[in-house]
Amino acid sequence: MTAETRAEILLKVEDLLVRRGGTTVLEIPDLSVLEGQVLSLIGPNGAGKSTLMLTLAGLLKPARGSLFFRGKPIADGGFAYRRHIAMVFQDPLLFDTTVFENVASGLKIRGVGREEIARRVPEYLERFGIGHLSRRSARKLSGGEAQRTSLARAFVTEPEIVFLDEPFSALDPPTRETLTGALEGVLRETHTTAVASTHDQTEALRLADRIAVVSGGKIAQIGPVDEVMNRPADEFVASFVGVETVLPGRVVRTSDGVFTAAVASEREIEAVGQVEIGAEVLCCIRPENVTLSIAPVPSATSARNVFTGTIRQITPLGLFHRIRLDCGFELVAYVTRRSLEELGLKEAKSVTASFKATAVHVIPRRDRRQS
Amino acid sequence: MDLILEGIQKAILLIFTLDKEVLGITLLSLQISGTATLMSLFIGITVGTTVALTRFPGRQLVVSLINTGMGLPPVVVGLFVTIFLWRNGPLGFLEILYTPTAIILAQAVIATPIVTGITLASIQHLPANLRLQILALGATRVQMVWILVKEARLPLLAAVMAGFGGVISEVGASIMVGGNIKGYSRVLTTATVMETGRGNFDIAIALSVILMLVAFAVNAVLTQIQQRERPR
Repeated sequence: MTAETRAEILLKVEDLLVRRGGTTVLEIPDLSVLEGQVLSLIGPNGAGKSTLMLTLAGLLKPARGSLFFRGKPIADGGFAYRRHIAMVFQDPLLFDTTVFENVASGLKIRGVGREEIARRVPEYLERFGIGHLSRRSARKLSGGEAQRTSLARAFVTEPEIVFLDEPFSALDPPTRETLTGALEGVLRETHTTAVASTHDQTEALRLADRIAVVSGGKIAQIGPVDEVMNRPADEFVASFVGVETVLPGRVVRTSDGVFTAAVASEREIEAVGQVEIGAEVLCCIRPENVTLSIAPVPSATSARNVFTGTIRQITPLGLFHRIRLDCGFELVAYVTRRSLEELGLKEAKSVTASFKATAVHVIPRRDRRQS
Repeated sequence: MDLILEGIQKAILLIFTLDKEVLGITLLSLQISGTATLMSLFIGITVGTTVALTRFPGRQLVVSLINTGMGLPPVVVGLFVTIFLWRNGPLGFLEILYTPTAIILAQAVIATPIVTGITLASIQHLPANLRLQILALGATRVQMVWILVKEARLPLLAAVMAGFGGVISEVGASIMVGGNIKGYSRVLTTATVMETGRGNFDIAIALSVILMLVAFAVNAVLTQIQQRERPR
């Protein structure tokens, strides 16, 4: 049994169609948000993530389609439903008053009593680490503090589902990192169901139970995190979820569930899978699965794929470095700073790259064959 | 120069001796312009907010009309209000021409587009997603509008100042629809015009000084509130 079938469906959309200015911006036949889970919407800018988010939150009226909350259709323009949810936007959108009053605003709107407000607000201010800012004017907050306030304002209402529309994308990386941690903690503690959009993969991976890849107003793939990350449904999903090497190839040999595909420059890649000889495939290799060494050929290795190549480019990416290699085809690997220094890696240096046959994710090239 | 100094001396004298006529004129001016501003706030904030938050065919034209209305010449307003209130005009049955009520009406007509225009701009100036954020906090439409108006309160204070400033200092409409009747519909501006015409410059200067003091005092109070809330 998978996580998907165990968890109850909290929110469901069917046959959704959203139009803006006469053009279809979103078309989703079916989408479910599972109770107690975090669904991450990832996709490039303009893919329709925010539109989907607003529609799910009952803030945007679709041209067609139905929304069901706990199995019941959402009625009366979504007013009652909106009191079960909360939303955090990219912009903190705080009111021109104190931090305390901001966090209390949702409760006041919902008619929660003064005593209850006095009890709940400080608790959530503490959860998001802004207890000491309680009396400060919202105008005098830093970007991170403002977004913490916005998060506290959403969570203090103890929503059954919280929508987070790229909440950290306007923040600097260290602030984003600490805030993601704070949010992660609160989500896990409160078991709040959440839909969070982001174009930052790491953020999605950290928070999500399931990932939906949105592209061109459609869901390109939805499923548990490992499934989407390691078995992307198509080329777009693969490129978006961080599979940096996607090699088109043709299957030339098969044996015992392992096949060999010919890729660029007469190189061959071994991968695991049942495919027919002659089939066109895409071989996806995640950069963290590629091992680099400076010995010409490792004496003994279980890696079925070993190539020599030249380093074309080294890009520092914070905790690790991205190495772009030319092995006759382009291959991307991630190495730590320590490995970089110990191996003395630099541009134009020759290295040996290896990866296992099981590290190659294969996508049949359906689209190409049809066209 | 002496003329001005004498005028100022006279003004101080009139103010500190609480001259009954001057006091009466000042209070009436405040009462008329205050009431007209309140009326314009009620209508202007309602209309401005509505136009800011809705989309309808011809909206652009309405916005242009409001903006044009912000510079409505008081004499034109005076003329039309007079025609409307004329004995056989559409509102002639009210029989309020040459009364303080008529001045209030004319001044409200002058101030309303000013308040509407500033309200419209202030509400539109709020972040686009703020409405959605308020709705996502569980607000009803009415709660949403109320919160938005509260958020725009500082620019709206500017609307109060501009509206009041526009009407307390206006003379054309007041003279035309109020008639400048002594002890009844005579306000600071109409009295100043009359005294100047008569060559009583000292009294005219005194009235002007009082007019400026009144305008300054009201704006000073509102500015105080506005600046107190500004970010440091």
